[in-house]
Amino acid sequence: MVLFPGSNCEHDVIESVSLLGGQADVVWHGDTDLSAYDAVVVPGGFAHGDYLRPGAIARFSPVMSAVAAFAAGGGPVVGICNGFQVLTEAGLLPGALQKNAGLKFLCTTVECEVVSTRSVLTAGASVGQVLRLPINHFEGNFTCSPSTLAELEAEERVVLRYRDNPNGSTASIAGVCSAAGNVVGLMPHPERACNALLGSADGQVLLRSVLSAARTPRVPA
Amino acid sequence: MADDEPMHRALGLTDTEAADIERILDRPPNHLELAMFAVMWSEHCSYKSSRLHLKRLPTEAPWVLVGPGENAGVVDAGDGVAVALRIESHNHPSAVEPYQGAATGVGGILRDIFTMGARPIATMDPLRFGPLDDARSRWIAEGVVSGISGYGNSVGVPTVGGELVFDETYADNPLVNVLCLGVMPIDRLVLGRASGSGNLAVLLGSSTGRDGIGGVSVLASAGFGDAEAEQAKRPSVQVGDPFEEKRLIEACLALYDAGLVVGIQDLGGAGLTCATSETASRGGVGMDVFVDAVPQREPGMAPFEVMTSESQERMLAIVTPADLDAVLALCDRWEVRASVVGRVTDDATHERGRLRIFDREGGVLLADVPAASLHEDAPLYDRPMSPPEDLAARHADAPDALPRGDVDAALLGMLADTSWASSQYDHQLFLNTVVGPGGDAAVLRLGGPGLPRSQRGLALSTDGNARWCAVDPRAGTAMVVAESTLNVACAGARPVALVNCLNFGNPEHPEVMWQLSEAIDGMSEVCRALGVPVIGGNVSLYNESRGRDIDPTPVVGVLGLIDSLVRRPPPAALLDGAEIVLLGRPGALGLGGSRWAADVHDHRGGTLPALDLDAHAKLLAVVQELVADGAVSGIHDVAEGGLAACLAEMAVKGAVGFTTIAGAIADHDALFSEAPSRVVVGVDPSETAGLVVRVTAAGVPATVIGRAGGDRLVVDGLLDVTLEDATRTWREFLPRALSSAG
Repeated sequence: MVLFPGSNCEHDVIESVSLLGGQADVVWHGDTDLSAYDAVVVPGGFAHGDYLRPGAIARFSPVMSAVAAFAAGGGPVVGICNGFQVLTEAGLLPGALQKNAGLKFLCTTVECEVVSTRSVLTAGASVGQVLRLPINHFEGNFTCSPSTLAELEAEERVVLRYRDNPNGSTASIAGVCSAAGNVVGLMPHPERACNALLGSADGQVLLRSVLSAARTPRVPA
Repeated sequence: MADDEPMHRALGLTDTEAADIERILDRPPNHLELAMFAVMWSEHCSYKSSRLHLKRLPTEAPWVLVGPGENAGVVDAGDGVAVALRIESHNHPSAVEPYQGAATGVGGILRDIFTMGARPIATMDPLRFGPLDDARSRWIAEGVVSGISGYGNSVGVPTVGGELVFDETYADNPLVNVLCLGVMPIDRLVLGRASGSGNLAVLLGSSTGRDGIGGVSVLASAGFGDAEAEQAKRPSVQVGDPFEEKRLIEACLALYDAGLVVGIQDLGGAGLTCATSETASRGGVGMDVFVDAVPQREPGMAPFEVMTSESQERMLAIVTPADLDAVLALCDRWEVRASVVGRVTDDATHERGRLRIFDREGGVLLADVPAASLHEDAPLYDRPMSPPEDLAARHADAPDALPRGDVDAALLGMLADTSWASSQYDHQLFLNTVVGPGGDAAVLRLGGPGLPRSQRGLALSTDGNARWCAVDPRAGTAMVVAESTLNVACAGARPVALVNCLNFGNPEHPEVMWQLSEAIDGMSEVCRALGVPVIGGNVSLYNESRGRDIDPTPVVGVLGLIDSLVRRPPPAALLDGAEIVLLGRPGALGLGGSRWAADVHDHRGGTLPALDLDAHAKLLAVVQELVADGAVSGIHDVAEGGLAACLAEMAVKGAVGFTTIAGAIADHDALFSEAPSRVVVGVDPSETAGLVVRVTAAGVPATVIGRAGGDRLVVDGLLDVTLEDATRTWREFLPRALSSAG
């Protein structure tokens, strides 16, 4: 788990990953050694205060070159919310996240449909499965060029879609993955949906997929 | 200010207060000293008009670890966890600069909580604005909600509830109250006091600028005049930086865990003057402060500006010289600025510790005052008070005979979904939120980063009702406290503590002082009867709007404990097919102080329905049990808008209509009366009889009044609206009212 000053969802991801039998540590943004880890999560929050633009400063943190190398080696990398924004700014995922169409921060629970299982996040889910997941963002409106969109759709790299688009995202996209499927970003918060007492446990299937990918041995590229 | 106005008056001090200062110092104060006294003796910091009355509130219970007087109240929540709670107002700054006023209100209350050693895990925002058809009120409302959203979300503390009220009485003087709750291992409790001669005062966080100078005296302790004067006050509003605060929170919590601080105090109103003098006087020591050591945002700041600036995101930590390097290293990791700005002294030649301000260490002495004099010697006023002259006539003017009018329209006018505001707040962070905004009370799991998960839960409710308190400040406040305790009971919790934010008008008006005194007595009565201690509070006076005082608006926050939070509490919603049962007194109970009388007839006279504290206590106990046992499928207290609004809200949220039994709701009075101590529950028809027996045995009346089903809201002979109309009105009211460009 990569921690920037201003991140705030790290405790929640750690708790939910632990609940599912995984083990998570915090890696400070100034560190550059990820060799001890099987998967990387870039959590939500407001890295570096989101000043300038979400993720615009975080991409320069020393840890991000290690994350890029980890991703290039096929390691699972998941960016949640602000983490998704950081991964797009760092060029590890296509597209960008602009302000919500309603020009307001939006915290609510939405229904998302799994549209592709070829990512480390959705491998354990099934296509067409509908998940109730919380969203919590101001800049969650996914946007990309028509050619990028065509490429994402053709390569089945759109992994999650909103059923009732809450923020104006292009093609209702809630999450996308890299060409190899090992780098994924999504705006909804699966870690907030792991306990029925809190309203939904639908996020478990996503985090379990990541844990399962983490346990799979990799051959560095 | 006029050129010939004496300096003390320009700073907000009266002639008598200036004379007192001269007597304390045994010489005329210099400009810096006068400025320090002016901020510390302001109404906002000294509570000089209210202290006398606040003493009447009950503050003790075995579970109270810290009562009023510290930065926050603290109670023992069980399982080794302590809960810190505080409520504050940021009314005046928000009237002048809504976004920053509200944002810095959030920042300030968070610091009060982590100053105590607790991690802030939830805030709530009771908000009151002028009418929605007024463009300025809409501008203030939008700005305040954006400010809370912008700061609260970014700093990473969820906003789990609050209130949203629009009323003519708050035109130009909104009430922006904010409550914060924090949790900590019980042994991490930190108090804001200095000790140990030679220990160092380390200023953490932001640099000090010219923002917010005199905020507590110029802004918070005076009413508003014309628009131009308000513009001129804008520089007295501070500017917030949530990212700085987030790092400050993490750094401070890490300092506590490492055992590196002796004492700590946040810098809020009155800035460095308050923090240095409070820590010194609480610890019974003195302190030397070196102005040039304070990191300054711009060159050329005068010492009085440095000492009274209200720049945000700053803390004053007292550390031993031996720990200084470790403190600096830890702050450096979190990119938090840390500078030694002073030293604790123990001067045996003086009876009381001195707060001495030097231009630099070993330099010129700029100010020298007894630290405690800034607090303990602050004026204490027993201001004249008297009830309004027309009180008897107002009480005699009951609304009960007013024409009934269009009942369907009156009900629809009361329905408003507040998610326009709450959807802009992160209300889920930390995985504690079981019930967020929109329920009778917010329900949280007891826990937080670094704490073991507990089965226990917390319920929190904030409540106020100016209509009730305008009719009768004493009985109205009693009803507000009763409602708040009932809200936490509806979440299955037993109320254990209360904090209050007393929003009133100008204390120099005898009627306002009477309102304040009456409200405190009403609060005391209910708190004593129910065994709920008051563990902290805030008084906001000089709330005046367009030349008149606001209606008295005491706002309370009640904390409830849930011993075993293993299932979600029933929602404030009807389940299709459920039988609807009213717990508490049935029948017509009077329309005094009701929303109906105010909305439909602009009528604010009469007297309030009676509150029976014994009956209320019984209701609290049985409601808490029913919820804990999962015996009901839906539950909602009867409050503003009476049974009509209660049932309609439950229908809309449950997406199902209802029909009442003929005669169960006898008349229009019974529909809209806001009589206290009543709850509506939904129950499976096969279990209704058992529930009625159980509730009745507990000494609480239970009446089956109808059944949920269909797509209409029908009260026999009185009300008939479609679920679709009710739902649409409820959902669209706020977005439509706020988007009506004006």
